[in-house]
Amino acid sequence: MTRETLLKIDGISKSYPGVKANEDVSFSIGVGEVHALLGENGAGKSTLVKMIYGLVKPDEGTLTFRGKPFAPSEPSEARAAGVAMVFQHFSLFEALNVAENVALGMENPPPMRELAARIRAVSEEYGLPLDPARMVGDLSAGERQRVEIIRCLLQDPKLLIMDEPTSVLTPQEVEILFKTLRQLSSEGTAILYISHKLEEIRTLCDGATILRRGKVVGSCVPRETTAREMAELMVGATLTPPERRAGAKGEVVLGVTDLSAASPIPFGTTLKGISFTVARGEVLGIAGVAGNGQDELLLALSGELRVASDKIRINGRAAGDLGPGERRRAGLVAAPEDRYGHAAAPDMSLVENALLTGAIRRNLTHRGFIDWAATRGFAEEVIQTYDVRTPGSHVAARALSGGNLQKFLIGRELDQSPEVIVINQPTWGVDAAAAAAIRQAILNRAAEGAGVVVISQDLDELLEIADMFAVLNEGRLTKPRPVEGLTIDQIGLMMGGAHGMEVAHHVEA
Amino acid sequence: MDIGGINPVILVASLMVAAVPIMLAALGELVVEKSGVLNLGVEGMMIVGAICGFIAAVGTQSPVAGFAAGAAGGAVLSLVFAFLTQVMLANQVATGLALTLFGLGLSSLMGQGYNGIKPPVTAKVPFGPLAEIPVLGPIVFGHDWMVYASIALVACVWWVLRATRLGLIIRAVGESHEAAHALGYKVNRIRLGCIAFGGAMAGLGGAYVSLVRVPQWVDGITAGAGWIALAIVVFASWRPWRVLIGAYLFGGISVLQLNLQAAGSGIPVEYLSMSPYLVTIVVLVIMSSGRGRASLNAPASLGQNFHAAR
Repeated sequence: MTRETLLKIDGISKSYPGVKANEDVSFSIGVGEVHALLGENGAGKSTLVKMIYGLVKPDEGTLTFRGKPFAPSEPSEARAAGVAMVFQHFSLFEALNVAENVALGMENPPPMRELAARIRAVSEEYGLPLDPARMVGDLSAGERQRVEIIRCLLQDPKLLIMDEPTSVLTPQEVEILFKTLRQLSSEGTAILYISHKLEEIRTLCDGATILRRGKVVGSCVPRETTAREMAELMVGATLTPPERRAGAKGEVVLGVTDLSAASPIPFGTTLKGISFTVARGEVLGIAGVAGNGQDELLLALSGELRVASDKIRINGRAAGDLGPGERRRAGLVAAPEDRYGHAAAPDMSLVENALLTGAIRRNLTHRGFIDWAATRGFAEEVIQTYDVRTPGSHVAARALSGGNLQKFLIGRELDQSPEVIVINQPTWGVDAAAAAAIRQAILNRAAEGAGVVVISQDLDELLEIADMFAVLNEGRLTKPRPVEGLTIDQIGLMMGGAHGMEVAHHVEA
Repeated sequence: MDIGGINPVILVASLMVAAVPIMLAALGELVVEKSGVLNLGVEGMMIVGAICGFIAAVGTQSPVAGFAAGAAGGAVLSLVFAFLTQVMLANQVATGLALTLFGLGLSSLMGQGYNGIKPPVTAKVPFGPLAEIPVLGPIVFGHDWMVYASIALVACVWWVLRATRLGLIIRAVGESHEAAHALGYKVNRIRLGCIAFGGAMAGLGGAYVSLVRVPQWVDGITAGAGWIALAIVVFASWRPWRVLIGAYLFGGISVLQLNLQAAGSGIPVEYLSMSPYLVTIVVLVIMSSGRGRASLNAPASLGQNFHAAR
């Protein structure tokens, strides 16, 4: 089937100081085609779509949209021409309601009452129920994405750009999203689908263009290509999955009993009766869609959020009322999700950041004075062991790319000879090679006898490294089950199915 | 019908006048904070507005020209703040404090030679026989036009923020500047507009102090009203009608303490004059402690500079 060309990208280049984000990128998308844009983090996918959406101007090259030259200088121009975009990190306003959020993304929104009616109509038509009067801050990640999609659909787009749309969805929600996308495609809307989840691309997309370091390195028909072939095109090297050494499980190092805590975060989730244990050498994977209590659970485990002392036991010692420093001393290290601001002090150097969490377990201070030589040694050891690409340990944490900083931060925690490790989103926004290295490092520590809790939204990652699997859903944790023998359907059910897909209002229990 | 030497009708009527400057300044600051900017220079903008208004009113003998000049003076000073924080990305707290100190000094310099002069009288709105109604007359119909204008402005700001697209964009920018930028809104430009509006309102409030409330020019005439305005914004949890209530409450306290002094109450004068500020501190502590509704309603991007990296 040949399609009429909708968007033609011809020789696009864009440079930032020190990097070529895009270099001579050319491909085209047909009317109603679902086209995948594949690539590692930093391959230039986001820059490319920002140029199509008018957020960034190309240095060279031309775009042709519906047969006419197309050079949007701002998003409103792109929207007027029929380009709509669903962002990776949602461009939503938590304190505003659904209808107001939708209105902000439209050029000429109708009066609020009319808009609310249209939101209801469109959301029913595409099977994405949504109540226009609800605050976005109270919605689940899947529902938030629906807000974005409906915002786009109301403008009758010819091209819909979706930047990593499924990273926050349950398998059932992905299913529903794909149904919506197929419906759109059959109605003639082209979709530019950015992802690095290869199986999804194989089930959904008609064509794919693969980017590496800003250049097109290949194109393929995903249905006829294996995921492995695409992955290797994307990375430019052969990939080896992490190896797991089956170590014998030891005694329990971390026990959590009936942990409940109110969230200190606005619009946060309350933890309700969480119980689990982690043994030496065991990796517990905690899945769940973002905003279901992951951040709160990490705070409660790391000691930033204190609870009654008997709720959390480290090595058999009651530790619920201990602060982060005392828990480190007891053997528990924690790595939160937010790299710039929570896990690291962005404007301080790597040496200083190494000191911040390493001081206690690595004895980097003596009578209140910092042993800078030892601290620098620790930072450099982490940089070496975990292959952190940086000009040196003196640079500010902010200057490192996300993946590199993540390697440094994970390495900093893992190199403190911990007995319990708690990590939230170990490989979020990290490229495949670095992600593999991080996962391997976690497994190595487990093999050496540490108990590990990994909280992640990446199911494939959890299935790869975890021994036990549990799901966090609206602040409750399911009973951990062995990973072996779990099917994706069972996981979906554990994740609470389609997350209020049937009923737009789900009542807080 | 005096209670302890204080006539309640006159008390209410005069608290409505006393509330005007802080209400105007707080209303302007509310819009500024709704757009995500924390401008602590309200006091400085008020006092510059006060002297600009005073000079213009004395020069032209027209109170209207005075109020216009006061608003313009406040707006110009606020643009200094806007340039430093939105273009040069300076720290908002430090810049705001500097603005206050700069405004106090500048007004003192501009006011040289204006001490002891009387400004033209701002006319009362002629309601005719309505003003003769007992109790209701002096409270509702006995004021100059700025009192009514300030209440109208509260309604206006409430309506714009609640029901118009402009208001929605302002709230969106204050809520998440990154998301607003991704949707193609000019974050810094919108904030610049809000800062200028806030400056104009503070200047207007300042002009009311020097033209009606006092009415003459002395150094430091605003006497901390800008700080009370800042407190009212938090007290009102960023809602315009609550600004009105807050302004009447704080205005009432300051009028009451003056009346108590005049009535020769047994409480030492010092305690009475510090009472508005004490109440301000107490209210701020109550409002900002815990995770009450006030902190939830605060604009999420408040006080953070935005720089569109790419």
